[in-house]
Amino acid sequence: MRGMTGYYFRLALRSLRRNPLLTALMVLAIGFGVAASMTTYAVFRAVSGNPLPDKSAQLFVPQIDNWGPASRKSGGDIPDSLSYTDAMALMRAHQAKRQTAIYPVSYTVVPGAGSQPFTVNGYATYTDFFPMFDVPFRYGNGWASEHDTQRANVIVISSQLNQSLFGGTNSVGHTLNLDGHDYLVVGVTADWNPQPRFYDVNNNRSFADAPDFYLPFTRAVDMQSATTGNNNCFGSTGRAPGWDSWLHSECDWVSLWLELPNAAAVTHYKSYLEGYVAEQTRGGRFRWTGGAQLFDLVGWLDHEQVVPPETRVSMMVALGFLLVCLVNTVGLLLAKFMRRAGEIGVRRALGASRRQIYVQFLIEAWAIGVAGGLLGLLLTGVGVFGIGLVFEPAIARLAQVNLTLVGLTLLVSMAATVVAALYPTWRAAHVQPAWQLKSN
Amino acid sequence: MQIKPIIAALRHHKAGTLLIALQIALTLAIVCNALFIIHLRMAHMAQTSGVDEANLLVIQNGWVGKPAAGENASMLAADLATLRKVPGVVDVYATNAWPLAEGGTVYGIGHTPDKLALVTSTAVYFVDDHALATLGLKLVAGRNFHADEISATGPDHVAPAEVIVTRALAERMFPDGSALGKMVYVSAKPSVIVGVVERMQAPWVDNFAAKWADYATLVPYQLMDSAGANYMVRAVPGQRDDVVRAAPKALLAANPMRVINRDNGVQTYADIRADAYKSDRGMAILMSVISVMLLAITAAGIVGLTSFWVGQRRKQIGVRRALGATRGDILRYFLTENLLIGIGGVLIGIVMAVTVNLWVVTQFEMARLSLGYVIVGTAVLLVLGQCAVLAPALRASKVPPVEATRSV
Repeated sequence: MRGMTGYYFRLALRSLRRNPLLTALMVLAIGFGVAASMTTYAVFRAVSGNPLPDKSAQLFVPQIDNWGPASRKSGGDIPDSLSYTDAMALMRAHQAKRQTAIYPVSYTVVPGAGSQPFTVNGYATYTDFFPMFDVPFRYGNGWASEHDTQRANVIVISSQLNQSLFGGTNSVGHTLNLDGHDYLVVGVTADWNPQPRFYDVNNNRSFADAPDFYLPFTRAVDMQSATTGNNNCFGSTGRAPGWDSWLHSECDWVSLWLELPNAAAVTHYKSYLEGYVAEQTRGGRFRWTGGAQLFDLVGWLDHEQVVPPETRVSMMVALGFLLVCLVNTVGLLLAKFMRRAGEIGVRRALGASRRQIYVQFLIEAWAIGVAGGLLGLLLTGVGVFGIGLVFEPAIARLAQVNLTLVGLTLLVSMAATVVAALYPTWRAAHVQPAWQLKSN
Repeated sequence: MQIKPIIAALRHHKAGTLLIALQIALTLAIVCNALFIIHLRMAHMAQTSGVDEANLLVIQNGWVGKPAAGENASMLAADLATLRKVPGVVDVYATNAWPLAEGGTVYGIGHTPDKLALVTSTAVYFVDDHALATLGLKLVAGRNFHADEISATGPDHVAPAEVIVTRALAERMFPDGSALGKMVYVSAKPSVIVGVVERMQAPWVDNFAAKWADYATLVPYQLMDSAGANYMVRAVPGQRDDVVRAAPKALLAANPMRVINRDNGVQTYADIRADAYKSDRGMAILMSVISVMLLAITAAGIVGLTSFWVGQRRKQIGVRRALGATRGDILRYFLTENLLIGIGGVLIGIVMAVTVNLWVVTQFEMARLSLGYVIVGTAVLLVLGQCAVLAPALRASKVPPVEATRSV
């Protein structure tokens, strides 16, 4: 049987050469179908991946309904960020293993005489941010938790900012001037930019460049650094100008993340959160009851609809396209195989078993699948290269040709062709030898 | 042309017939929905912003260090004066946002001070008395702001005494057309509508802003933001590109303590529009490419399978020709056969197109497929099928009667 495989393969090649046009048509159909599916899949996978697979099940986001049911009369949901009041209350209560409030900030850096000043974007966080999200460090570490309470002038910078300011050397212990204030560098992160950026999806930064720095939340608030993200307010009462009144308003702009290592911790936090909201209602701040939610990381990405609908629609359309290509291939294979009914009849009459006919024709289909896969690979490369024309650049550059994609392209192509060949092969194997011999 | 014998013959090729029909059906279902997506995206891109895009540019300027509130106002005034002196500049104003900016300020607007029952959301644009002239907005009722009505404010405080609204917002707030001079509330304090402009689009083109994309409120404020300032500049027709080069140089020469990003610090409206509609354009391109490839593959499939049938039936064709059938009869036979399969295919395809669309509508915020696309798609596929079958059918018509006497 083993020896026969090689013989069938040679037979297949000969048969494919006999109708070069038909063969080319099938290879093209498979190639284009697979390439379209794989290109759109590469984009879809890039945007819908789990940014922290090892940790995501332990990371949670609380939501508090501080606007009440009236805010949802014309649609909408519970606010997706917290007010400063609620975020600080939850931070102080310290009911999770780790927790950090986060908001995006931006400053200008003046590198020194003669250099152009430039803008840097980063996050105000608590030090738990680094161990919670498994942030890798090149030099130094996150700041000490005392620094959070002391509202200290410390900063963690990205390797990229370290490169442009300190030439990539160990800058821990150096100072960095942001908007006229000096900050002590305590750590330099290694390249770290999880995609989507789960901890800031509510500010349309899901697929942005890596942040330049992280500094203590408490310090940023002291500096009166306004958020560069969304600031959502409801109604018009209770908003007076000025920093302090903004902090104490019901405007929502702070993200809060919790690390809850097990089911017991989650249950505990849920009941704490419900208790907190009930307390606000009793105290008269909320004129409604309930309205607290806890999402895990994956649930949160889903809730915030991080995956752009375009990526899903295009993948669906591309899969439909592959399906049409397969139906097309089934038709052409059927034509090709049935044309050789006479040949099959002779082989069967001379003692070939049905099984052998199956093997012979499936190998022929498999050869088409391999050729289609190679063409598909080439076209997928072109597709991924040209994807920037179709999707946002921030999303397009996430799609990459890697070993998994190459393997998957070939596998899908071969599997699809063999599946397409099943029915034509079945028909070929059931050719009646006697009828064929007689009719000729 | 007799249809009965064709149907009888098709019964002998059940699998091939079904496969072509299925392929036509799937193609129709996908192409209809793709065409529809293309149409929606193009319609979305065709919305006008209401401003004089050809001659406008936006400069995003960040301050180095955080200027104190007092300094901020004089720095802003100095920059506006500097920009007015740049050759080719018609007018300029400082603002928080602009149509298609993809970032800006939204407020609820209503008829009561607590606004808890707001009427709609509205984009809020901070403007001074130069804004209408800079943007080229057409005032359809009322007046522009006076210079003495403009005041300085931080980003967190909006409580204007006067506002100018777009006509769409005026009609939404006061459907009887009496908006001018009426009170509306964007804050706890009343604002009187002093002017109505023809049109100014909101900064966002995404779905979330779709319901209030035409509702904009202009407020008489100069934004005091210690982070930076944005300038909307109108150039003399034909001199926009000169201003793009000269304006940042003039600003940096006047005061070097600022950041104007090299890649997006100065943007023309063409850049802004391309950025804002990137995903719409991308989807339209992708759907067009896939539709064209689909139609090509389907046509090629029809050619391939019909060629096979012609090859298989050479003897029968020869017999028919020997019995008196003309070349035209043979040609018509294959064309009619394809038309019958095509009609079967599009009938299944129409059902599939509608089903796919119903599913798509539940998954994504999209309108229902209109019948026009189904009709166009059906016609395209039937014509495509006839064209595809023409070459093999012509070959069939050339089979000589003598073929009947040959054995394979």
